[in-house]
Amino acid sequence: MKYVLMAGLVLLTAAFAAPALAQDIQLVDVAELSGGGATVGTNFKNGVDLAVEEINAAGGILGHKIVVTHADTQSNPGVARAQVQKALDSNPYVLLGPGYSGSVKVTAPLAEEAGVTQIMGGEAAELTRMGNKFLFRTSFGQQSSMPKAAKYMAEDMKAKSVAVVWVNNDFGKGGRDTIEKEFDRLGMKVVADISTEAGQADFAADVAKVKASNADAAFVYLNEEESARILKEFKRQAVTTPLMGETTLVGQKVIELAGDAANGARAHVGLTTDAPIDSIRAFRERFVKKHNYVPDHNGIKGYLAIYMIKAATEKMGKVDPKGVADALHGLTIKAADQPGILMDVTFDENGDIDRQGFLVEVENGKQVIKQILPKLH
Amino acid sequence: MSSLFDLVISGLATGAIYALVAIGFTLLWQTSQTINFAQGEFAMLPAFLMLAVGRTGAPFWLAIILGALLSVAILGIAFKKLLVDPMLRHGVLPLAIATMALSVAMKESVKQFFSAEAQPFPSIAPSGSVSIFGSEVSLQSFGVFAFGLAAVIGLNLFLERTSTGRQMQAAAQNPTVARIVGVPVERMIMLTFVINAALVALASLLVTPIYLAKFSSGETLGQAAFIAAIVGGFNQVRGAIIGGLAIGVLDNLAAAYVSTQYRAAVSLALLIVIILFRPEGLVGRSEERTV
Repeated sequence: MKYVLMAGLVLLTAAFAAPALAQDIQLVDVAELSGGGATVGTNFKNGVDLAVEEINAAGGILGHKIVVTHADTQSNPGVARAQVQKALDSNPYVLLGPGYSGSVKVTAPLAEEAGVTQIMGGEAAELTRMGNKFLFRTSFGQQSSMPKAAKYMAEDMKAKSVAVVWVNNDFGKGGRDTIEKEFDRLGMKVVADISTEAGQADFAADVAKVKASNADAAFVYLNEEESARILKEFKRQAVTTPLMGETTLVGQKVIELAGDAANGARAHVGLTTDAPIDSIRAFRERFVKKHNYVPDHNGIKGYLAIYMIKAATEKMGKVDPKGVADALHGLTIKAADQPGILMDVTFDENGDIDRQGFLVEVENGKQVIKQILPKLH
Repeated sequence: MSSLFDLVISGLATGAIYALVAIGFTLLWQTSQTINFAQGEFAMLPAFLMLAVGRTGAPFWLAIILGALLSVAILGIAFKKLLVDPMLRHGVLPLAIATMALSVAMKESVKQFFSAEAQPFPSIAPSGSVSIFGSEVSLQSFGVFAFGLAAVIGLNLFLERTSTGRQMQAAAQNPTVARIVGVPVERMIMLTFVINAALVALASLLVTPIYLAKFSSGETLGQAAFIAAIVGGFNQVRGAIIGGLAIGVLDNLAAAYVSTQYRAAVSLALLIVIILFRPEGLVGRSEERTV
């Protein structure tokens, strides 16, 4: 009997000792793995997985391995909230995602209350205006990107009248509100304001409205799958109105889905695997080798998120979940020091980013960079 | 004006697809009292079967043929033998509920085993447009409408002008008397399921290039086809045709002239009105049953 007790005591000690030795960095990724945003979440997840694999192969962050678990929001903010609550109950080092702004909006207060840093893919302007000190972007907020898109439409496309097609969710509303303010400031007239639904399949009526508006150009701001469908409809109805978007309209997955209907579409993009930058080309090759397809900007976002965590943790010199947010605020990460960050980036006090951007046009199924817009500071 | 014309043409194209799916609904009901709540998913799956065959390296035309044959085997023969026959013994309602479960199972299976993301799908209809009354009308819309119409006309000719077709109608109208006069009723019912599978496979082939192949695309299609069948008349094939075309056009006009957010509400409101004031549908026959 005493031998059994001895054996039990040894096992118990080992069980407590084991975690004390390993202390993995636990991350939870809450992403749109199904539903209308499946492209967004799947790409983000795949980018995360690639970065985690690379960093673990090189010894982890300060010697600690990263372990990431993925949860599906089903592109539904209610489900996202439940998944984030569940994730926070497991005390993650950092919370990753969601990608959809509507889901970020309802989950950010939970992470803030728990004091957990959240690195997400949402782009709605309001997300970094909520005073949340734990929320960080991986891409430009609409307040940074829309003025650039509007300026291009005014100066390069010489558009005086614009039709705005937007998706009726937090992402789309935020973008539409921001860009229409910019159009107003630049003296451009919005001759059609067309709202569409998330997950919408049929765009015949919306494209007919754009056609009937006789606008000089159309600004199209939908999520990925819907962007592909509307591009196909524009082609089907032989609409020649020049099309401009912001990131989503010309995403890699959108080009794949829309085929040659995507040719001619232009957009301001913050992240593209077609950028003429060595680190991005190399990332693209590694991603294609692991996942067998070319990632879109969401893949880059997921990848960057992990390297942001690495940079912040290395800055602190210790694995401290409470210090990640403070370490990120005001941090400039240079690609020369941290190649995984791909391009130099600075994070401000609100979690917004300052980074190089691009104006692209789709030609023969590929994004072609027309202009490079430098980092502001 | 040209905008209205565009909307009507593309509405007719979408409506033709709704009609194909709705005809299947009505045929299954008429011949075997089957209400198939998985009909929308039936119109989603063939595209994925074709994509799956295409992934083996087969050329597109072969993938279509093999995918269509697989659809007939799974959604026609297997569906009848493995689900309908065992459940129908217990009544119409248990079968209807079983098809709801089937709908969920099909959606989740495609999501799990193929992909949650949308997939591109090539079109068999020509690309480009033609100018009519000053409007550029898409050849794809014409093509979809033409294929759909050809299928419907072909089905009608089959039902009216061939011996097998008339036997199918006899089996639907009165199976007992049909048996007495020597109609192989069970074979005719199986043929209905096979025809339904062929119709949804065609609908899938026509609509997927527009809507993209996505595991959830059966939801809107199924709902639209169900409303079309009821509005047109659940016990008449021509009711499904009229209902389908009407819903297709109405949906487009509602999106353009009412609002995109409430477009679905317009056809649902029509459904309520029809159920309240003309439950047999626009061209359906009035039917009464003691329960």
